[in-house]
Amino acid sequence: MNLLPYLVAGWLLLIGCFGVVRSRDLIHTVVCVAIAQSGTYVLLLGIGFQRGASAPVQGAPGAVVDPVVQALTLTDIVVSATVTALLLALVIQISKRAGTVDPDELDELRG
Amino acid sequence: MSRRARWVVFWLGGLGVAVLFVLAVLRLPEFGGLVHPYRDLSVPAAMGRSSPNVVSSINFDQRALDTLGEETILLGSVVGAAALLRPSKDEKEQLAKEEGRVLEATKLLGYLLLPVTLILGADVVTHGHLTPGGGFQGGVVLATGLHLLYVAGSYRMLRRLRPVSWYEMAEAAGAGAFVVLGFVGLFLAGSFLANVLPWGTLGDLFSSGSVFALNVAVGAEVTSGVVVLLARFLAQALSVREVK
Repeated sequence: MNLLPYLVAGWLLLIGCFGVVRSRDLIHTVVCVAIAQSGTYVLLLGIGFQRGASAPVQGAPGAVVDPVVQALTLTDIVVSATVTALLLALVIQISKRAGTVDPDELDELRG
Repeated sequence: MSRRARWVVFWLGGLGVAVLFVLAVLRLPEFGGLVHPYRDLSVPAAMGRSSPNVVSSINFDQRALDTLGEETILLGSVVGAAALLRPSKDEKEQLAKEEGRVLEATKLLGYLLLPVTLILGADVVTHGHLTPGGGFQGGVVLATGLHLLYVAGSYRMLRRLRPVSWYEMAEAAGAGAFVVLGFVGLFLAGSFLANVLPWGTLGDLFSSGSVFALNVAVGAEVTSGVVVLLARFLAQALSVREVK
């Protein structure tokens, strides 16, 4: 089926958001955010794919796949990794301050 | 918001997104098809500037300004994480007296692979314009390879051989070098990050103009950034203790 890769991308986005809503643990939430973001990798690479084509490096036989979306995916992965690192650092601080990483127990304001 | 209300919002929003997404996907070009206008423009441009790895040419030449933004995000997040993870007022760094035992086989493999991994990382960075790879990928290989010292040796050894302040400086220098190369392009060719260095022969190590230089700058920044990040996380896990 021709639409399947695109639908997989949409599925990853939605299942990642589902995980965030369902989450009882902030580490789990961070992983779910990373999964939602990985939908964009699948979508980008899916758009640039061409059947039978090879990697976009000179010397490759025949046609190559679209390198622009591959470059965008690389940017995306770097941003995802840095965001994950920052979120995990926040989780460490929250766990120290509040003594819990369950988002439902964090809902009251603290002065 | 109660859990129930949260689920109602999620299902409404999720269904909306799903419907819009499917409608959009139905109008996309066919998966695996032959029409790729960006490829048809970017591949000849990369070859014309002696950069056989087209992805690197796009990242460091054709849309180098976006990569400057990307590495600024990296720099910002490393600074942010380092600020969040520094020991607070009632915490102090204390090394545990006893460290766990490492299997002889792990030690042997770790010390054998350490130089191999570092050379591989340097290779991936410096050949980024020729073969798949580049500053980002090679930087991660270099930074994680260095941590074989921790896996095969000990945390004390890693701390001795990895002065974090050097890496903080190297990170700033890498990010700064990118901007300096951008201004060199601005003054010599009239546009920021223009590829002004000589392009050389297609396939040579020192070819592709500033793609090579930018790759090395980004490699230095990513290596140091990841080392600093991992150092902060490792310190939180292993040596930062609350003092009463």
